[in-house]
Amino acid sequence: MPASPNQIVVSVRAIEKSFGPTRALAGADLVVEAGEIVALMGANGAGKSTLVKILSGSISADAGTILLNGKIVSFASPGEAQAAGIATVHQATDQAGAAGLTVAENLTLNELCGTGSFFVSPRSTRKRAKEIAALIDLDLPLDRDFIDLRPAERQLIAIARAVAAKASVLILDEPTSSLSATEADRLFAVLRRLKESGIAILYISHRTGDLAAIADRAVVLRGGKVVASFARPIDFSAAIAAMIGRTLDASAHAGTLSTAPILASIRKARIIPGARPFDLDLRSGEVVAITGTLGSGKSRLLRALFGLETLVEGSFTLDGKPWLSNGPARSIENGVFMVAEDRWASSLLPPEIPGASIAGTIALPHLPRWFPLGILRETRERLVASEAIGRLGIKAQSPDDTLDQLSGGNQQKVVLARWQAAPCRLLLLDEPFQGVDVGARADLIAAIRNSQSGSATLIATSDTEEALEVADRILVMRDHSLYEADGSQEGGLAAVIGSVESAETRADGTGPTS
Amino acid sequence: MTDHAASSSKPASTFAETARKYALFVLLALMLVGFWYAQPAFINSANLFSILQAVSVVAILGVGVSITMSAGGFDLSVGSVAASSVMAASYAMVVLQMNAFETLGLVLLMGAFIGLVNGLLIVRVGVPDLLATLSTMFLLAGLQLIPTGGRSITAGMMLPNGTTATGAYDPAFLILGRGRLFDTVPYPVIVMAVVALLAWFLMERTRWGRVFYAIGGNETAAHLAGAPTKAYRLWAYVISGTLASLGGLIVASRVGRGDVSAGNSLLLDAVAAALIGFAVLDKRRPHVLGTVLGAIFVGVLLNGLTMLNAPYYTQDFVKGVVLVGALALTFGLGKKKR
Repeated sequence: MPASPNQIVVSVRAIEKSFGPTRALAGADLVVEAGEIVALMGANGAGKSTLVKILSGSISADAGTILLNGKIVSFASPGEAQAAGIATVHQATDQAGAAGLTVAENLTLNELCGTGSFFVSPRSTRKRAKEIAALIDLDLPLDRDFIDLRPAERQLIAIARAVAAKASVLILDEPTSSLSATEADRLFAVLRRLKESGIAILYISHRTGDLAAIADRAVVLRGGKVVASFARPIDFSAAIAAMIGRTLDASAHAGTLSTAPILASIRKARIIPGARPFDLDLRSGEVVAITGTLGSGKSRLLRALFGLETLVEGSFTLDGKPWLSNGPARSIENGVFMVAEDRWASSLLPPEIPGASIAGTIALPHLPRWFPLGILRETRERLVASEAIGRLGIKAQSPDDTLDQLSGGNQQKVVLARWQAAPCRLLLLDEPFQGVDVGARADLIAAIRNSQSGSATLIATSDTEEALEVADRILVMRDHSLYEADGSQEGGLAAVIGSVESAETRADGTGPTS
Repeated sequence: MTDHAASSSKPASTFAETARKYALFVLLALMLVGFWYAQPAFINSANLFSILQAVSVVAILGVGVSITMSAGGFDLSVGSVAASSVMAASYAMVVLQMNAFETLGLVLLMGAFIGLVNGLLIVRVGVPDLLATLSTMFLLAGLQLIPTGGRSITAGMMLPNGTTATGAYDPAFLILGRGRLFDTVPYPVIVMAVVALLAWFLMERTRWGRVFYAIGGNETAAHLAGAPTKAYRLWAYVISGTLASLGGLIVASRVGRGDVSAGNSLLLDAVAAALIGFAVLDKRRPHVLGTVLGAIFVGVLLNGLTMLNAPYYTQDFVKGVVLVGALALTFGLGKKKR
């Protein structure tokens, strides 16, 4: 698609969309020029995903117009949007291709499914796949099954396919949420090349670091409208202030070393054979964050403490007594709670199920202790839920709301409230801020830090900024072993990021694939 | 942040929503009035109780199916368990000369045991629910024929080894299927009501029911919340197997002999009742009240049509139409987009 610089490729005017009484978009305007990367920022519920869905043809707008290359368009289906040249790469990378097909087949999927010829030979598929891969310098074994690919590789396949389909607009929804720093850099290099070739890119992300690296412009959505727009160099603190409607002081709590008694400790732990053994002490009232890349072993350590996995070597103690759990039931009885990553997969129930309400979600692990005779008393559940709604600032109409009615941040608050509803010794949080907007994150951090009497909290997060915001002490997981973050006291963010980056460069060569 | 979510009040339930919620109740009422109008004899209590008696076995089996469904499983073996129970009860009395109570105990234990086998196949061996219960269904369909060499069991029958059976049906046993309380309410209807009430209480009002549904909704979440998910799934099949054998006992005591073709359509009818139940109160999930109402709904329709001289061979067609309609109501028509 030939496009001179500064030519407007896609222009959205006064788009409105309501879901029942909720106005997701209230007259949003957006312009993306050829060869421009526009960052779309906004808290959860600001209307980002609704706008993306309208542009990609999944839903249609109630009012407003979309201009694509100067012509008014409206899409009845994702297929139509794709045919018109709008390609979308979604956050969930397992939908980026078809499992069971090879890389080559996935690269040529558009042609296999529609426009290609009726007869397909493996040779012609490979040939065409090579051409497509060359468009973005993709270097993957063409015979590999899609299911064996890492998220980053899946994403690149989706992008390559979009480029091959001659897309003039590329929409990326949280593309780096599951990528390591080096993988993200690789993605950025591809995006820069696409930008050179004149493709308009709309980039949705929570991560200011990513946006600083590649965005030409940032557009902030709040309450379904564009409230601010920032040109390069982007002032992210102003952008975040615009996003949440107030300023956020990223105060680090790190600094004061706790002298409280040791509550839990890990001795000579080896997560995988051959890893360096490590020790860790958690003091009462302490919030400790473990940061590090995906696959470095953070989740494994948490899962081992919760009794879902076993260590290769090493031992735990809790309150001075040896601690070895054989599963969640035993852990929960002993006050060891875990919030696993990916809340929909690990914690929440579909809305038609009884007990999928806020009250039921909070009560689920506590049912045997709250109702020893077995008979439910909903007033008790509701009382706990109402208290949590007030304390954590959960935006909901009543304790009976189902979780799918809440935004990501509020869902996560409910999951946290579940584990704060009973006396806790050790709280394990795995990526607790996944898909949570900045405002809700601040509420979650306050809730985590305020409940710290007599229990310890261990948080695994791959986002160093989050770690700094929440923790008293930060450790870095590297090659399945724990290290103190170098100079976390003076250097702050830069120092911690530095020690994670140095870990990444090493881990990427030899580290496990997921 | 999300200003709109907080400020908007809960939408008043629309007419369409209310209509969907009570659609099956309204249809049932319309049917009763319609059949009454067309055939006044339809509405007398004897006929209404005979409808309930006819659906009681299907409803009891359906409750078992809906419990396994709510725990994320599916028990395809209920029809075969019921049929085997008919044969086992007959064999126990006619050949082994047991009395009514011994027979009841033996057959219920057998049902629980088959449920246990189903459950162990699923949670221990790891066979998917549908496949495990499908195989036990086949296994039982064949097994029930072996002791009698494929023949029905009646008093004084010839056994495969050449001797003649000396026992007979215990008259006390026949009361279960043929007797009536105060000469009006058939015992099977009472059994159905008690089973439905207990199961409803278990599933809707106790924490155990809550966990059954949680496992069906998201097994990982239930496990991480500390629920012994395997034990629950095992219990779901034990309950289902026991209820299926109870259904079989009712059939046996009504028929009074071990008929090899008894329980042929029970599985499909029970599954249909459970699925029609999804639409009751717009729950979109298996639930006990819905299952019982689903069974009654089909029973009323078939009884009314029979009274209006609809030929017997249209029955399956009618059931199919009701099921398609109920499922469309549950999953499709006017469902609000989330």
